[in-house]
Amino acid sequence: MNLRFGEEYEKLRESVRAFCTESWPLQGGEAELGEREQGILWRKRALEAGILYRTVPSEYGGAGAEPDVMAETVIRQELDRAGVPHRASVQGTHMLVPTLLECGTEEQRREYIERTLTGELLWCQGYSEPGAGSDLASLQSRAELDGDEWVLNGQKIWTSNADVADMMFGLFRTEPEQPRHGGISYLLVPMSAPGLDVRPLKMMQGGRDFCEVFFDGVRIPARNIVGARGDGWQVSRSTLKHERMLIGDTHASRTSFDALVALAREVRKDGRPAIADSGVRQRLASVAGYLAAQEWAVARMLTAMHQNRDMEVISELLTTKLSSTNLQQQIAKLALDLIPDAGLREPAPDEAMMGIRAFTPGRWVSQYMFTLAQSIAGGTSNVQRNLIGERVLGLPRDPRPPAA
Amino acid sequence: MDFSLSEEQELLQSTVRSFVERECDPRTAHAVFDGERTAVASLWAGLVDMGLPGLSLPEAHGGSGRELLDLALVAEELGRGAVPVPFLGHALAALVLARHGSEAQQATWSPGLASGGVRATVALAENGGCWLPGEWGAELEDGRVTGRKTFVPEADGADLFVVGCRGGGLALVEGGSSVRVEEGSTLDRGRPLYSVVFEAAPAEVVEGAAAVTLIDAASTLLAADAFGAAHRLIRATAAYLQTREQFGRPLATFQGLKHQLANMVAELDPSRGLWWYAGHAFDHAPAEASRAAALAKAHITERAQQVARDCVEAHGGIGFTWECDVQIWFKRVMFDRLWLGAPDAHRERYAALEGW
Repeated sequence: MNLRFGEEYEKLRESVRAFCTESWPLQGGEAELGEREQGILWRKRALEAGILYRTVPSEYGGAGAEPDVMAETVIRQELDRAGVPHRASVQGTHMLVPTLLECGTEEQRREYIERTLTGELLWCQGYSEPGAGSDLASLQSRAELDGDEWVLNGQKIWTSNADVADMMFGLFRTEPEQPRHGGISYLLVPMSAPGLDVRPLKMMQGGRDFCEVFFDGVRIPARNIVGARGDGWQVSRSTLKHERMLIGDTHASRTSFDALVALAREVRKDGRPAIADSGVRQRLASVAGYLAAQEWAVARMLTAMHQNRDMEVISELLTTKLSSTNLQQQIAKLALDLIPDAGLREPAPDEAMMGIRAFTPGRWVSQYMFTLAQSIAGGTSNVQRNLIGERVLGLPRDPRPPAA
Repeated sequence: MDFSLSEEQELLQSTVRSFVERECDPRTAHAVFDGERTAVASLWAGLVDMGLPGLSLPEAHGGSGRELLDLALVAEELGRGAVPVPFLGHALAALVLARHGSEAQQATWSPGLASGGVRATVALAENGGCWLPGEWGAELEDGRVTGRKTFVPEADGADLFVVGCRGGGLALVEGGSSVRVEEGSTLDRGRPLYSVVFEAAPAEVVEGAAAVTLIDAASTLLAADAFGAAHRLIRATAAYLQTREQFGRPLATFQGLKHQLANMVAELDPSRGLWWYAGHAFDHAPAEASRAAALAKAHITERAQQVARDCVEAHGGIGFTWECDVQIWFKRVMFDRLWLGAPDAHRERYAALEGW
């Protein structure tokens, strides 16, 4: 056990830090550009410097480096610390790009990968449908080949960022005679295509982070398929192997916890700072236990993956999502109990959107509700519990629907 | 960065685990609970053969010079097996001596502690749940200790006591006529507790911040023990539910139970790193050691206790019987949670150390 990253990684850390200091914020005329343009410009430079998405082959814009979770962790820590715009849309960089690297054609990789990494191309994920949530394989949106075009009909829902995305990668039923998983294809859809209609959904906290997407005879080129016809389910699963890139991001939880402690110092309870109240101290320390456990679980997972001993941490890997959403909810609940009056007021519109940094009272109220979305999106907590029961404890699988 | 065990540590742990699996199946623990204690001596002898009593003592005195994390790995396995041996008190006393004992004290006691010829324990609590150094009232005057200590583990037959005294100091007291051991009742029959009355018993002071060492190490070992016990309970309960049928199918096929078990895994399993880190910090990051130990003790024993409660419920009626294995691990975890003070006290200790 050695919790220092070591000389090699500390040198990497220094070079990333130096790059960030030099490259951000943008100077002169560049500082006048819009937020999105500034982000694209910075990410282009970071890609050239071999800092961002370093494992992507160089012909597609990356640095062709060997996977190294320690290096990636050090880099992410530094980028977070520097506050640079390193996160383009996760759907594009962490889901589509690995999928194209695994299953895409040479033409698709050249056309999409680099522009996705820079953020020039924003993506959304068209998976869920009104009738296909946790049971995704029951999806009904269909695509029929008409000459050299697919014709798309149907509806997607809970589509994050559909209102700003340039492209969608989505699952569509192309082989209606095939049962469930067998009849699905993975297609790439320009959001500007005629017949495609995006309607934002207003969420309970007032924000508009999800959309419905309607397809009414939308025509896309036949070549916009990733993998073979009917292989879309496997293609979409290939992304899962790369989800490890997302593991280890306890940054958000630590940031909210620090804000929570600051809040407890600031607000008063019974005439003294709330943090002096024994009930508050107990709850803070209890949350701190969950947070530290999650951070050390991540350190253990990173080490195991680095040593190719993933199976030894299967329990940590499979409980990560459930644990971190529970943790985020606990933080938000305690925050709201410190500022109960705020919970009677509706958050302002800018507090209801996610990704706002300042923890205003309205933001905590919004967070109190939005943390529930986290336990639903990307595999609900109950689906996570099935996986944990089956794969950690070896319990019997839930009954599957009969093949149609 | 490497947050994993060394090969040496993995070997230590797998050696202890094999020993426990071979020598201490649940029937052994049941026998001890039913008053048949013959297994205790042979299990302890097995631990002595593996060199565990001297694990933390210097090699020069017959020990192995290992660290707190190594002791905690042993504790995890003893908790996993609910092994009824006098390990906790002895390991803590030896560690205190190894880290704070004078040359003379080490020379006198270490060889015997390492070989198992001398059995030691720690006497901390006083009436009313006074576990922590600021609360101790035993008087140390003119080289003699006077006071009554409660919940002293494995005091029966102990040769050496590390005693917490007023002002937060520690004293070494040899068993003898001025040390009276009183039988008490103990919920966890695998680890009997006693009251010990010191009547102007001849004592030597242990110098330095030995009490903090003792509290941090004890917190870590209890957390590791509770983790091992709860980890085992979850797996044992899952296995039982695969065999027990109702409504014509195994209970494990009911999603309600599957989700209960999954919640237990999600609550407990990620916390392994807390006691790993507490063990590591004790030897390698002293400024972090107390915080890490307090958090590990509070968090893990709380989680483990809830796991144990849920496992009783998941078993149904049988889970509530004396014959069922669950009660043994349930009580193991209760001991870990309450000995050295309930989680509240350790959360408060953590909060204070954070400067809240």
